[in-house]
Amino acid sequence: MPSLKEFRNRITSVKSTQKITKAMQMVAAAKLKRAQSAAEAARPYANRMASVIANLSSNVKGDGAPLLLRGTGKDDVHLVVVLTSERGLCGGFNTQIVRRARETISELLAAGKTVKILTAGKKGRDQLRRVYGSLLVEHIDLSTFKTIDSTAAALVATRVVEMFEAGQFDVGTLIYSRFKSVISQIPTVQQLIPAVPPAGAAAPDLKGAVYTYEPSEADILETLLPRYISGQVLSALLENQAGFYGAQMSAMDSATRNAGDLIKKLTLRYNRQRQANITKELIEIISGAEAL
Amino acid sequence: MSEKLAFALVSPERELFHGEVDQVVVPGTDGEFGVLPRHAPLMSTIRPGALRIVNDGAERRIFVNGGFADVTPDGLTVLAEDAVDLADVDAASLEQELKDAREDVDAARDDAHRSIAQAKLTRLEALRAAVR
Repeated sequence: MPSLKEFRNRITSVKSTQKITKAMQMVAAAKLKRAQSAAEAARPYANRMASVIANLSSNVKGDGAPLLLRGTGKDDVHLVVVLTSERGLCGGFNTQIVRRARETISELLAAGKTVKILTAGKKGRDQLRRVYGSLLVEHIDLSTFKTIDSTAAALVATRVVEMFEAGQFDVGTLIYSRFKSVISQIPTVQQLIPAVPPAGAAAPDLKGAVYTYEPSEADILETLLPRYISGQVLSALLENQAGFYGAQMSAMDSATRNAGDLIKKLTLRYNRQRQANITKELIEIISGAEAL
Repeated sequence: MSEKLAFALVSPERELFHGEVDQVVVPGTDGEFGVLPRHAPLMSTIRPGALRIVNDGAERRIFVNGGFADVTPDGLTVLAEDAVDLADVDAASLEQELKDAREDVDAARDDAHRSIAQAKLTRLEALRAAVR
């Protein structure tokens, strides 16, 4: 049986751990709120962009369409962009995304495709490196960004578009976690390149009038598509961010609860031990007195 | 001036303006153009510059840094890369930011960071031009 002092030390140490997890939970809760409103604030842009794309792509068809829209016509080399968080302590958040990514990759490999992986977020890279180290082509470090904004998204998107234009892959897929609620984030796979006009975004009714384009339709589409892709990456990053804080919050919540349980158990054992010690001492005194 | 134009200005991070106005002057790539109610459908790219919103005789100037303007029978939508209300811009702090941005460009450790810093600097320079 450990001594009373050892028990006291254990209890103090668990208590301070509990304080830390409690604080982290509250910080995550506050940041979650901000991340959620950022994700919501980004929605009007994404929606408008989607309808503009739908409108334009219905007008520009065939060979005149930019490569980003119609693809290379091949389906051989796939680029998988995996977005994860930079930091841990968030339960199974990253593992979930990586598992989804692994499934996608092994499916593609089984179908005889060449797969290249690009990661943004340290945790995803670390986990994927172990299994698919040879397929990892690039990692984009987003740890310098305090908050996720369009610059961070542009960093990822520009690199992806550059690689596409250099002919390094045919189909680009984005894997991230969609924020459903604090306790539920859904790993999602989304096709990035060739850009798919979103379903449900209808071209506006022009009431018989004809669109004027300044400069030309093709020029507009050319500049618009990279931004569309960047916008998709941004909303994925924001969803991820919100999901990360949600996961961290619930992970820290259960850690705090576990610490509480542990403290209760330890205190019980500590008190038992203390009582046993007192009883033992009493017995010693009494039997000593009786012997006289 | 009974009829109004529905106008929305959105940037990737947030919606900056949403409402009914009399007229919007957009800095298009091929030149500035004014949009009044019942404007014909038009889609144009935007160059960095000041966008002017005219409503009830009052004018509000907003700096937009690239993007798109989309005029439909339903109104005008401007998708800006980023946008700043020029009334919020303080000339002194802008100069400071410009100076910081120049230092960032010089101090960038690799090409990726340099291009980000450079883009920021270009944006600030365009913003200063719009303030004047």
